[in-house]
Amino acid sequence: MAEKEQDTRFTKFGTVSFTALTKVNDFIDHLKEGKITGTKCRHCGKTYFPPRADCYNCLNSDMEWFEVSGSGKLLSFSMLQYAPVGFEGDLPYTIALLDYGDYKVFGRTDPTIPYEKLSVGMKMKTAVTKLDNEQLTYIFQEA
Amino acid sequence: MSRVGIIGVGQSKFVRAYPGSVRELVFEGFKEAMEDARISVKDIDASIIASAPEYDKQRSPAGVIAEYLGLIPQPTCYIETLCSSSSMALRMAYSEIKAGLHDVVAVIGFQKMSEISSMETQERMGRGADIQWEAPFGTMMPAYYAMYAQAYMAEHGVTLDDLAMIRVKAATYGRLNEKAVYRKAVTLEDFSNPESRMSGPIAAPLRVGDCCANADGSSCIIVASEEKAKSMCEKPVWIMGVGAASETVNMAGRSDLTIGLKAGIEAGKEAYKMAGITPEDINIAEVHDCFTIAEMMAYENLGFAKPGEGKDLIRSGETYKEGHIPVNVDGGLLSKGHPIGATGGSQIRTIVLQLRGEAGDIQVKDPAVGLVHNIGGVGLYGNVTILGR
Repeated sequence: MAEKEQDTRFTKFGTVSFTALTKVNDFIDHLKEGKITGTKCRHCGKTYFPPRADCYNCLNSDMEWFEVSGSGKLLSFSMLQYAPVGFEGDLPYTIALLDYGDYKVFGRTDPTIPYEKLSVGMKMKTAVTKLDNEQLTYIFQEA
Repeated sequence: MSRVGIIGVGQSKFVRAYPGSVRELVFEGFKEAMEDARISVKDIDASIIASAPEYDKQRSPAGVIAEYLGLIPQPTCYIETLCSSSSMALRMAYSEIKAGLHDVVAVIGFQKMSEISSMETQERMGRGADIQWEAPFGTMMPAYYAMYAQAYMAEHGVTLDDLAMIRVKAATYGRLNEKAVYRKAVTLEDFSNPESRMSGPIAAPLRVGDCCANADGSSCIIVASEEKAKSMCEKPVWIMGVGAASETVNMAGRSDLTIGLKAGIEAGKEAYKMAGITPEDINIAEVHDCFTIAEMMAYENLGFAKPGEGKDLIRSGETYKEGHIPVNVDGGLLSKGHPIGATGGSQIRTIVLQLRGEAGDIQVKDPAVGLVHNIGGVGLYGNVTILGR
């Protein structure tokens, strides 16, 4: 008997994904289209990034997608020179947090930007990229 | 309202790799606490076991440990809030006693981290953060705290030397603590000497010397109702406040990285309120210095310094043993070591010994009130406990 096929699109996210099943799997399709997306509650208007399927504010699950666009402010960053298992091949890499005002985005900076050129407060934008292992992710570039 | 007292404290030596099983490691801290309290297993009504999961093979360790310690058939359970697990377990024991369920409860914390490699440890710790949205970027604890350091240093004019001074202080006392895993001195020069391990790269701007040492260890705190504490113990130490709080797991949910860890701030407020005191009343503190930056932020988050002025406390030496607010005079997590689930209990033990005047070489002059600040994850969970004579 064939098992019912599962929607495991989220395994495509990042160098190593630890999640297979999630109700916000369309996020991966959006990445394929070059878009980074969050969700907004259709009832109370609360916005979420990372995207969520459910709104804790009004307990509704009727969400619509919005695109992360424009630029954000670099709040902080750290360059890893030692990595957890599974990420050794990526070293060195820099994780960072961007503030878009209504929401923040956590990710990595573009590996072509030298660490010395990064500074707290600088303007950056978020862009989709494909990793060497065909996984999908996004990076922060100078705006 | 009747009080809840601590009648016995114990911990194992903190070591890089314990040459025995988890239950044997736990026995070491338990034995010391039982001998300190001068009681037998028949006197204990219940146990609460605390650790961070996924470091050992045994599922549901509470029952196995309770059996090994002879605490059967008393009720037992397992509590976890990552690195603050044993402080949270103490809060649960306090609640059980306050509710009148039990009179004497043993709070047992442990961690045996050496069974997996350091890189595997970082991977598991990284999964204590958000596995769906952040771990796929290759996160780990030092890098998260390095992000706090980067933002905090830029905002408050703090230097890497300021952070290194916190490690130098920790090492000063780690040398004196026979239970500590790291017993060597550390100097500021070590951080700029490429030959020294302290200067090694890990997650910029933090260096190896800014990070605590993984360790194996156990701790045990025996808690009793006021009536029992007075009849069983000559010098009970009273629990004055048990604050706790939580914060978003995802960094994207954090409001401001430059103010420190909100879970620590909120837990502190609750503990001060319960105790009916202010930060000025604290004579000695143990704070969660998993990284040097964490201690500096804790100075401010607990009200020992105004926001942005934590650096002045370490520069002036006021958090040394002779200063006006001694902090981590047992070596802290940085030098004593950080066996995750055992850490809170070890911090409690240090303050209890100080309040009883039994801390030996690291004894602070006549403290009456002490504070323990214990954080789980990257400020995901916060526990602040206030103790008094």
